[in-house]
Amino acid sequence: MIGIFGIPIQVLFGQLLLGLINGAFYAVLSLGLALIFGLLNIINFAHGAQYMMGAFIAWLMLTILGISYWPALLLAPLLVGLFGMATERLMLRRLAKLDPLYGLLLTFGLALVIEGLFRQVYGVSGQPYQVPALLQGGVNLGFMYLPIYRGWVVLASLVICLGSWALIEKTRLGALLRAATENPSLVRAFGVNVPVMITATYGFGAALAGLAGVLAAPVYSVNPLMGTNIIITVFAVVVIGGMGSILGSVLTGFGLGLVEGLTKVFYPEASATVIFVIMAVVLLIKPAGLFGKAG
Amino acid sequence: MKKLSIWLVILLIAVAAPYIVYPIFLMKGLCFALFAVSFNLLLGYTGLLSFGHAAFFGMASYVLGHAMTRWGTTPEIAILAGTLAAGVMGLVFGAIAIRRQGIYFAMVTLALAQMVYFFCLQAPFTHGEDGIQAIPRGALFGLIPLDEPHSLYYLVLAVFAFGCWVVWRAIHSPFGQVLRAIRENEPRATSLGYRTSQFKLAAFILSASLAGLAGATKALVFQLASLTDVDWHTSGEVVLMTLLGGMGTALGPIAGAFVVVGIENWLAELGAWVTIIQGLIFMAVVLLFRKGIIGEAMAYFERSGKKQWKQ
Amino acid sequence: MTLKKVMMLSATLLLAAPAAQAQISDNLVKIGVLNDQSGAYSDLAGKGSVVAAQMAIDDFGGKVHGAKIELISADHQNKPDVGSAIANRWIDVEQVDAIVDVPTSSVALAIQEITRNKDRVHLNSTAGASSLTGEKCSPTMVHWSYDTYAQARGTGTALTKAGGDSWFFITADYAFGNALRDDTMAAVKDAGGKVLGSVSAPFPNTDFSSFLLQAQGSQAKVIGLANAGADTINAIKQAHEFGIDKGGQKLTGLLTFISDIHSLGLETAQGLVLTDSWYWDLNDDTRAWAKRWSAIMGGGRMPTSVQAGVYSAVLHYLRAIDKSGTDEAKKVVDTMKTMPVNDMYTKGGKIRADGRMVHDMYLVQVKKPSESKYPWDYYNILRVIPGEDAFRPLDKGNCPLVSGK
Repeated sequence: MIGIFGIPIQVLFGQLLLGLINGAFYAVLSLGLALIFGLLNIINFAHGAQYMMGAFIAWLMLTILGISYWPALLLAPLLVGLFGMATERLMLRRLAKLDPLYGLLLTFGLALVIEGLFRQVYGVSGQPYQVPALLQGGVNLGFMYLPIYRGWVVLASLVICLGSWALIEKTRLGALLRAATENPSLVRAFGVNVPVMITATYGFGAALAGLAGVLAAPVYSVNPLMGTNIIITVFAVVVIGGMGSILGSVLTGFGLGLVEGLTKVFYPEASATVIFVIMAVVLLIKPAGLFGKAG
Repeated sequence: MKKLSIWLVILLIAVAAPYIVYPIFLMKGLCFALFAVSFNLLLGYTGLLSFGHAAFFGMASYVLGHAMTRWGTTPEIAILAGTLAAGVMGLVFGAIAIRRQGIYFAMVTLALAQMVYFFCLQAPFTHGEDGIQAIPRGALFGLIPLDEPHSLYYLVLAVFAFGCWVVWRAIHSPFGQVLRAIRENEPRATSLGYRTSQFKLAAFILSASLAGLAGATKALVFQLASLTDVDWHTSGEVVLMTLLGGMGTALGPIAGAFVVVGIENWLAELGAWVTIIQGLIFMAVVLLFRKGIIGEAMAYFERSGKKQWKQ
Repeated sequence: MTLKKVMMLSATLLLAAPAAQAQISDNLVKIGVLNDQSGAYSDLAGKGSVVAAQMAIDDFGGKVHGAKIELISADHQNKPDVGSAIANRWIDVEQVDAIVDVPTSSVALAIQEITRNKDRVHLNSTAGASSLTGEKCSPTMVHWSYDTYAQARGTGTALTKAGGDSWFFITADYAFGNALRDDTMAAVKDAGGKVLGSVSAPFPNTDFSSFLLQAQGSQAKVIGLANAGADTINAIKQAHEFGIDKGGQKLTGLLTFISDIHSLGLETAQGLVLTDSWYWDLNDDTRAWAKRWSAIMGGGRMPTSVQAGVYSAVLHYLRAIDKSGTDEAKKVVDTMKTMPVNDMYTKGGKIRADGRMVHDMYLVQVKKPSESKYPWDYYNILRVIPGEDAFRPLDKGNCPLVSGK
């Protein structure tokens, strides 16, 4: 069997594919973060908590209301998005004129509260959430057995990421949004309701996090700490990609998933740290991030 | 004369305190207060938010723990070793992080702190999850045994006072004024000819060393060094303490530290509620009391002072 | 003083002595349940342990030698410094005589030091570190339910002997995970099995897919998960997703509890083999106790083995105080060591010189959803592992109390 550094090619492909799947989660999550930071200049530390809420709402819907995965895929992000909009309208707006660090601290506090509340009510053991019937089982690809659900996650993430990118970069609405955040007073002069757009954008970013949560529910443990565990890594992804660049975050998300996958093969103990090492290196060489704009 | 009597009263309270309040609580408060004071040097006076300060605090704890258990040093040497280690780390991290500003600076410090965390998780000398346990208190200079909480308290008090004095001197010096200028408007400071990077680095190293001093002393008090000390929640905690107390003030971090340590102490039985309450305080302070406890108090006195004067 | 007076005085003193021996400090026996009430182990122990401890106090009668028995509890948040601070305060200021439960080995070790130095009782039901009865043993401590050695031995030996003679480990890369893996490896080799490989996952970790893939590739008959809590749950969930069970490899959680099975659901966890120290549905006594516990706790949950361990430990402790007439730590624990442990938790349990409570363990397999007839009907008991086989032999632990000080 041919191998690279002693690892058979089969195994390598398998690990790379797995890395890509993980990268899909990073991509969707960093998309939301990058959106919020790039357009609104807010560091959304509550992103992990919003991700967790998405998963929990899906679980609650299933256990209490009998709503299955597919409707939950739409409803849970909607609810999280509404919560996000309320957060922006009631709290973040007051900090808009201040140093963005205050926004960071507010969302940090919010994340603590949300996580604490869920922990208090639901404990930390994690709730069971099954893969939807349509997506169960797997495909034998020869070099590995790929669960269908994981394939679906990659597909869904790509669609979401490309769709969001197109929305922001290619549509009129997106153009208005970009203009509104760059020069609010001018756009307001044209009669556009800028504050509403800002609220909606934050809500959209939060909804993306919630959507990632629903996608994660069948494969990762639905527990109140799931956001905390992943949020720091996602921040690193966004910083590496370039904090204003949506495309950058998505590409970096997938890319980092691959790198993590490779690390798990060759030096597994370091797979949690490798992203931070890369972040430190990138920041030294290209401070604005790989795809960011300088300054 | 009035100032002198105020200082005497404070001294009296500080000396008598361990006989009134549980000394271990006091010592914990003093260590974290020093940690917050050192952090405030960066945040309140230089305008740099470091989101990974626990790395210095925790690493110094480990160094002290290792020094006392493996090398059998006396406590003052171990504390110095911890402080030195933190200072060196501050130099390295600072050199990397200073190149960026604002949010990016915070993110870099966070990333570096995470790497320290994972290092501590795996390095054999930290004993990973177990931490370094049963650290002996030893005898100061080989002469004064520190096992008695009261004796240890006076050492901790002295360390705290020293640390605060260093920060106070730094703030009320030309160096401190440049730091404040950097906080207000860095480009302007640069245009005036100051090499702002060097000043920021110096502040960073000083802050890191004092955080290390606090961490090493804390490990001596609790006789243990664990992963919690390098966790990013601890980094978040010191931000909370400084913010709650009032980040532009000298006393703010001290007040904030005692309040947060107090909350943790008295609400320990409530488990997750402590996290929730901390989160709520964060939000309340950021939204409503940005000046923090001491800041708001000072503003209040200023206002009532002005009113009196006007009358 | 005349000789007669001296003799009379001595006689009086001698007669008075037995009465003076029944001395309970502060005329109060205070027990503190110190555990994780909000984090990773809150379902495993948490409030349930407090309920169990109170049940033991109530079943004992609420008083011993005229002194009241009081119970307090606190959350150590799995942090050694928080745990130390609480323990110190409890002992120095609140007259606590015994600290009970204490999950998370790092906290347990800290409490061990404190209780040893300050001469208080430490009854540990939930931490796994076998060093608590090894190098770090203490004359005032009893290790109740399980330890990593027994878990490793139980599962490692039993599975290897049952045909699972090739193993692959997925280990959480920290002291506890490595110890669990090493102990199991030794057990497997002693039983005649082979270890085909091991991969270390960072701790904590959410995605095990790549490590599971490596385990699949090794084609070992048994995949051992040397981790605990959320890591184990994630690994098992993903193993199910990747069809590991369908491929014929057996999956075993080396430290898994019924609370983990509950959160996984039988659909995902079915077929999992594990070792546990007690099961609520073992016999009529356990069922009766479990139903009482469940009624007090509410929420329809059933007790875990470590919560039952807390009950048994506290009950035995109180019985020992009754017998010895004092609550002085060393004396009580010495008395505990002379009395067999007989309650719903175990019959004929014995506390050794190193503080280890030796009792039977159970090798179980998780039922298929179709086999489960009522809530929490999760386990098929495969085998009873006698205590002497499960726990580390007394002379192998390097405990100073055993090797002679």
